[in-house]
Amino acid sequence: MHAVLRAIFEPGFFTSSLVALAVAVGTLVAIVAGVIGVFTVLRGQSFAGEALGDIGAAGGSSAYLAGIPALWGFVGVAVAAAGVMELIGIQRARGRDLATGVVLGAGFGLAALFLYLGTTYDNTTGATVTILFGSIFALNSSILPLLALLGAIALGTIVVLYRPLLLSSVSSELAAARGLPVRLIGAAYLFAMAVAVALSAVTIGAILSTALLVGPAATALQLTRRPGHAIVAAALIGIAAMWLGVLLAYDSYYWPPLRHGWPVSFFVVTLILIAYIISRTVGARRAVR
Amino acid sequence: MFSGFMVNAWIVATIVAVVGAAVGFFVVLRGSAFVAHAVPNGSFAGAAGASLIGINTIIGLGIFSLGGALGIGLLGRRGRHDVATALTLVFMLGLGALFLSFSVEYAPEIFSLLFGEVLGISSNELAPTVGLAAACMIALALLYRPLLLSSVLPEGGQARGLSPFRIEICFLVVVALATTMTVPVVGTALIFSVMIGPPAAARAFTVRPYVAIGLSVAIALVVVWSGIALSYQTNWPVGFFVGVMSASAYALGRTWAFLRRRGAR
Amino acid sequence: MIARARALPLTDDALVVDGVTVRLGGRTVLDNVSCSVRPGEFTGLIGANGAGKTTLFRVILGLEQPSAGSVRVAGGGSESSGRGGTDVGYVPQKFQLDPDMPLRGRDLVGLGLDGHRFGLPLPSRSRRQLVQEMLDAVDAGAFADARVGQLSGGEQQRILIAHALISRPKLLLLDEPLANLDLRSAQEVVGLVSRIAREQQLAVLISAHEMNPLLPVMDRLVYLAAGRAASGTAEEVITSDVLTKLYGHHVDVLRVHGRVIVVAGTGHDEHAAVEMGGASVEIV
Repeated sequence: MHAVLRAIFEPGFFTSSLVALAVAVGTLVAIVAGVIGVFTVLRGQSFAGEALGDIGAAGGSSAYLAGIPALWGFVGVAVAAAGVMELIGIQRARGRDLATGVVLGAGFGLAALFLYLGTTYDNTTGATVTILFGSIFALNSSILPLLALLGAIALGTIVVLYRPLLLSSVSSELAAARGLPVRLIGAAYLFAMAVAVALSAVTIGAILSTALLVGPAATALQLTRRPGHAIVAAALIGIAAMWLGVLLAYDSYYWPPLRHGWPVSFFVVTLILIAYIISRTVGARRAVR
Repeated sequence: MFSGFMVNAWIVATIVAVVGAAVGFFVVLRGSAFVAHAVPNGSFAGAAGASLIGINTIIGLGIFSLGGALGIGLLGRRGRHDVATALTLVFMLGLGALFLSFSVEYAPEIFSLLFGEVLGISSNELAPTVGLAAACMIALALLYRPLLLSSVLPEGGQARGLSPFRIEICFLVVVALATTMTVPVVGTALIFSVMIGPPAAARAFTVRPYVAIGLSVAIALVVVWSGIALSYQTNWPVGFFVGVMSASAYALGRTWAFLRRRGAR
Repeated sequence: MIARARALPLTDDALVVDGVTVRLGGRTVLDNVSCSVRPGEFTGLIGANGAGKTTLFRVILGLEQPSAGSVRVAGGGSESSGRGGTDVGYVPQKFQLDPDMPLRGRDLVGLGLDGHRFGLPLPSRSRRQLVQEMLDAVDAGAFADARVGQLSGGEQQRILIAHALISRPKLLLLDEPLANLDLRSAQEVVGLVSRIAREQQLAVLISAHEMNPLLPVMDRLVYLAAGRAASGTAEEVITSDVLTKLYGHHVDVLRVHGRVIVVAGTGHDEHAAVEMGGASVEIV
């Protein structure tokens, strides 16, 4: 038994402060992303979530250029981008893919510039990886309060708007008929999503952040149609993926042949995909019966 | 800036702009913008894997683009490619990051795969690029009418015996080929700016299909050429100029369409 | 020697549907449906939503294989009715034309002629003239050069009709063309199509869930209910006896000022369903 445990949890796992921080951050972020992600999938706006993540890359790299923590950049730019998307009508299906795609291209162009300038300026090259693909083991514990605050704001928005948001996500016509300010609700939700994306970006990188937002939520929705249950399930799945991802990444430092350490983000994303595939096959099996 | 190694850059960039815009026209028509975003990001993993095992990146790009395109065609539910595509594409990116993490040149490789490296196109990459370009254009020429009809009126096309599914698969293959040749130049992150931006802008300015395609190509050429020229002067990445200019062209087009609708009323 | 007694009629019929049965997902959607349409005949396919009208169209187009029975179009083979050919023109029920799409109505009509051919089209004057003729025939000349996605529903309808007609089909299928139109546009479309049908000796099969707008122009109708069909003239088919047999429960037919109202239920029931020319209204 001991041997098994030792094989799973490589030495130092439970004592490393890096790991502790990573798990704390990961848990927090997974909850926020899971909850908000359910609405993202219900509203069919995963593309917007993806775009916000990619645009967040520009934000993170601009922060890096300015010498401030990437999270500021992620949040600032993602929220601003959400505002722009709202203005050019992201909520209407028509033309939204195009609009977000084009903005995304501009965002990446900016990210390219900032990263280039930043790395030329201080002669390091690691920023690209950190910002785009995450580096949860390289976080500073001072980031926790800010993360918690942002998470609270995002979750708070969802809690306050829960029923109107749910109705307008399922059917905006019904919601409008009830007199709900559909556009306003949508805007508030977009901002919450921007925050969720920024938080995900801190853990697994801007480009991959959408997996944490959309994956657990989509998986949860395959398993249950009830939104309340799906929200809880999504958060749990996200947390599981995070914990397992951190564990595997830590262990991978000891894996032959390279003893190199695989990226956390890779594990998290892969686990989420596996979970989704499993839920799809289960769902398909159920439908046939 | 027109001598020596730059010649290759100009030639390749021109080819890429022409083919990218032509294929992009249909991507925009079919509303498959997300697919055109997903396929190159998937091919990121292919290129990374190829560089890891030391073979020509174009091969890795090609295989994964093709696999990605066909996978999207078969996997995603008809019309709602959302979550399936998003997760698979992100997984491919994660996989690519994993592959690259094994190599020494981690960050610079990521940078050039994501944002392109037009100045790094060597002469022996010219031939495959031209080959892929020719294949794409021939395919588009052959498929032009059925693709147009099936994209605009799928049921009408069906009544004429055009299977929407088969056409989708053929088209996805063309998108994969176009992606394979475009990624080395502008990078996976900026494919949109060459393939989607110009056609999306062009269609605001004209209602005739042929003219719209021509205009898409023209806009793409302007964007790519000035991108190269400016990059040469400032040393800033080409992707920056291409991304920003393409978005501006799109914004111009949308504004024009908006004003024209206002004026018509 | 014809071994079987059930020989398909030697046909100058544009469409012959013979004993078609379709089972989908465990449900019998069409049950031994037979009907025929002659050239120049304007036939209505009447049935409530879900009665199987679109399924029948799909079978005629060759997009759905019947579990039993056959379909023949214009004397062609029963296996390949319409599929890939130009014998059947089809105006779909649902279509979404992107308003920003760079395509004129004129271009869409042109695609009806050669949209299925591979290769680039060569510009030709005769093609242009043919397209113009079609546009004039459906009175679409005024908006033929506008962005097709920004036209009104009725205008798009006409473009699609021209698109279907340009290949000179023997049979024209219109899938619920009146569903989303206002009364005036509906009347215009019906008038237009029946005129073209007579002029070009074209067989027309038009599906609808409301039969009253079609009564003035229909030569014959095919009434679909519970997967079964009855066909003939309106007087023959819309009778209490025929419809009762079709539905499997008692049905009354009332004629009020030239309009037909179908009433189901025996009055002993707590509520009766009133079908106003095909659309159901519950009376509690």
